[in-house]
Amino acid sequence: MDQILSALVSILFHGLAYGMILYVISVGLSVTMGLMGFANLAHGVFAMAGGYITVTLMNGFGIHFFLALVTACIVVALASVVLERLLYSRLYTASELDQVLFTIGIIFMASAAARYAWGPLPQRMILPESLSGQVDLGFRTFPTYRTFLIVVSGVIIAALWLGIERTRFGAQLRAAVDNRRMAEAIGINTRRLFTATFAVGSGLAALGGGLGADILAIEPAYALEYLVYFLIVVSVGGLGTVKGPFVAAVLLGVTDTTCKYLIPEFGAFFIFLAMIGLLLWRPTGLFGRA
Amino acid sequence: MATDGTVRPSLAGAEVVSASLARHRFRPLEGLVWLAMLAGYWLWPEYRPLGSQIFIMCLFVLSLDIVVGYAGIVTLGHAAFFGVGAYTAGLTAIHLSNEPFLGLLTAAVAAGLVGILSGLIVLRTTGLTLMMLTLAIVFVLHEAANKLGSVTGGSDGLQGVTVAPILGLWSLDFFGQTAYIYTGAVLFLGWLFARILVGSPFGRSIVGIRENLVRMRAIGSPVRLRLLVVYGISATMAGIAGALLTQTTQFVSLSAITFTRSGEALIMLILGGVGRLYGAFVGAPIYMLMQDALAKYNPVFWTFWIGLMLVLTVMFARNGVLGLVDSVLAWRRRAA
Amino acid sequence: MTASASLPPLLETQGLSKSFGALVVADSIDLTLRPGARHALIGPNGAGKTTFVNLVTGTLQPTAGRILMGGEEVTGLSPEARVRKGVGRTFQINSLFNRLSVLENVAIAVSERDGFAGRIFRARKAERRAFEEAYAILEGIGIGMEALRPVAEIAYGRQRLVEIAIALALKPKVLLLDEPAAGIPSAESHVVLDVVEALPPDIAVLIIEHDMALVFRLASRITVLVQGAILVEGTPQEIAHDPKVKEVYLGEKSH
Ligand SMILES: Nc1ncnc2c1ncn2[C@@H]1O[C@H](COP(=O)(O)OP(=O)(O)OP(=O)(O)O)[C@@H](O)[C@H]1O
Ligand SMILES: [Mg+2]
Repeated sequence: MDQILSALVSILFHGLAYGMILYVISVGLSVTMGLMGFANLAHGVFAMAGGYITVTLMNGFGIHFFLALVTACIVVALASVVLERLLYSRLYTASELDQVLFTIGIIFMASAAARYAWGPLPQRMILPESLSGQVDLGFRTFPTYRTFLIVVSGVIIAALWLGIERTRFGAQLRAAVDNRRMAEAIGINTRRLFTATFAVGSGLAALGGGLGADILAIEPAYALEYLVYFLIVVSVGGLGTVKGPFVAAVLLGVTDTTCKYLIPEFGAFFIFLAMIGLLLWRPTGLFGRA
Repeated sequence: MATDGTVRPSLAGAEVVSASLARHRFRPLEGLVWLAMLAGYWLWPEYRPLGSQIFIMCLFVLSLDIVVGYAGIVTLGHAAFFGVGAYTAGLTAIHLSNEPFLGLLTAAVAAGLVGILSGLIVLRTTGLTLMMLTLAIVFVLHEAANKLGSVTGGSDGLQGVTVAPILGLWSLDFFGQTAYIYTGAVLFLGWLFARILVGSPFGRSIVGIRENLVRMRAIGSPVRLRLLVVYGISATMAGIAGALLTQTTQFVSLSAITFTRSGEALIMLILGGVGRLYGAFVGAPIYMLMQDALAKYNPVFWTFWIGLMLVLTVMFARNGVLGLVDSVLAWRRRAA
Repeated sequence: MTASASLPPLLETQGLSKSFGALVVADSIDLTLRPGARHALIGPNGAGKTTFVNLVTGTLQPTAGRILMGGEEVTGLSPEARVRKGVGRTFQINSLFNRLSVLENVAIAVSERDGFAGRIFRARKAERRAFEEAYAILEGIGIGMEALRPVAEIAYGRQRLVEIAIALALKPKVLLLDEPAAGIPSAESHVVLDVVEALPPDIAVLIIEHDMALVFRLASRITVLVQGAILVEGTPQEIAHDPKVKEVYLGEKSH
């Protein structure tokens, strides 16, 4: 009995860590899709870039994990501004197909570049001392790294939600997602808003990529490999919402971990079937507007 | 008023009507394409094996053009049907009979069924959700093929496929002579069908759905049904393409059902030109010849160039190579 | 008009309501259209006129109330099914098949109505008839010469007429016209008038229009909608002299 309970807690714990990472990576995609209607399949590229930068700074230059993470986040956010201004913004009015092909092109280029620079193998992240081992939470011990992931993701998510609820930027963002025309009519500069949102979303993805490098292995095929997971989070959560994808991501994380543990052979089937069932029931996602 | 049903158009009207009917007539230029493909058989004998592979991809991309280009369903999962066709043809040859036409038939039926069944789910959604679902279906089928090793050969692929001589006369030899003609002939039939479909009232109605879904509903069109039918038809064609791949290579690998295959087909489509039926015939050869050349020269980095080409195409040549040709022709006409 | 009062209504709404969250855009609307009705629906911007059309055609689902056609309830039916029952509409903002020719825009509606739009083979004869009919409709509203041009390329005012032509091609029993003259140069707006006047007398027409001259020429009854609810309904004379209506419209003009 105790063993089952212990396994259950462990699954929940790992699933939660995994789900929160998925959320930090995917939330930007949901918002860009809801706000700009842009189908950015290359969103995972930003997470991958974040992961590579973090790991390289740590392993190659001995820079501390936290500093490496922050650097990765800033670098990727800045790079995404350039990309958005130069390329993405020209395709906001393009057809969905053009957007999809454009972003597939970006994925191809990024993964070829990554393979060229870092080789085909997944990057190993050497965790700092303070994050390896176990931590005792009173009633039982947990892996320190996962605990850290949950705490840090939790802080990031709280900051994000507060930012959206409380700041001027957040208010503008909500207004624009709700009704873009109206927002423009009352003088919100949606052009700037798009760029800023895109940068925040990409920066978060980079953070998620770096933080989760031990869960979602950093490798050249990253953006394609996990694309379907990012898309599940966004579609099941509902486009343009911030909290929907959170619920979806945690659900996905926990279910996926459970399946891998209980039915390792057929885990993926179950996940996909559950998701298909869910979308048949609610085609616009859990929290999506009809 | 004109709504009472017994109408006789004026002289100008008769002309307008014939001009509209003639829009989908066959043009001599189209025959030229097929003559060129036939001529290729003798002109470049060493390319015959590659030629048959190109024809197969042409058929696959053509099927994709019908859903993506005409019906406007942006799917990432067309490889699912290609793969189902490929495996069905292989299994038919091994367990039932290695008669090639039977293989095509079973593959067509299986892929069509999977198309209709998955369409029932997928076509209820749009946008990112639709893309995700189509992608998910590819993953599920890929995993299924991988896990059912005793049937499909798993990651080793399905081996031991044999093919009886076509019509009992011509066997698929190593030099690809028969394969060239065989795949070319099936492609021709596929094209002929697609050509008729696109010019039919049905074809116009799926274009209508792509152009304006709300209006289609408002004129009483059973939109969901139409989409399901076109999805099923396209899946069937994709399945036949997959079957041809099995028969000409006498092997099925898991790579038949991957996102990469869907993605490549999309790339070929946009390279050639979307929604114009001939995009497939331009995009597939360009891509495959490029792959042939680039991958030899730089196997690690060649996907970078493919990606770059894709980005540039979307940015500067939205309508693909054929679109560029159109623009040049229009420009020359204006200059003249 | 008196004779038609005894016939069963072609369209009837009972307590039709719709809210978007807290915003009530249709507030228990009762409206009846009998054969031969020429009914105008007017009201200030945002009153909920287009919403009413969307509810009747099934584009939107009501939060409460019923919709009946020829005495039969259609509230739960899909938009497609309602068209087959005889509702046709035009859109306030053009909603056309931009990359098809003007003729094809109309022919596509004819082929749906005649039930051969799903055909792949052996459709040539039907197709010819559809094109002929489509052309005749275009000629009837004076844009036959545009037939072969892509609809996106013709003038906006003429696109408005194509909008009407598509609805006519369905041969509806109930025709809902959402500001058909909006965007047509005033020199050509008489075409809309002519089209409506030439419609078969037994069909019911609901016209939403801001141009009062047009409304008074066409309508035998007028409903005034304000904030989703019916303010008054009556003959043009009654409406013209109704103090409440004056107030609404003066209030409207004063800002
Ligand atoms: N999908 C929607 N979600 C939320 N509110 C909506 C939606 N559609 C319409 N509305 C609101 O419903 C109200 C009525 O709109 P509607 O378009 O029916 O007005 P209308 O009478 O046709 O106005 P106009 O004369 O400008 O055409 C408006 O306040 C509008 O903002
Ligand atoms: Mg309106």
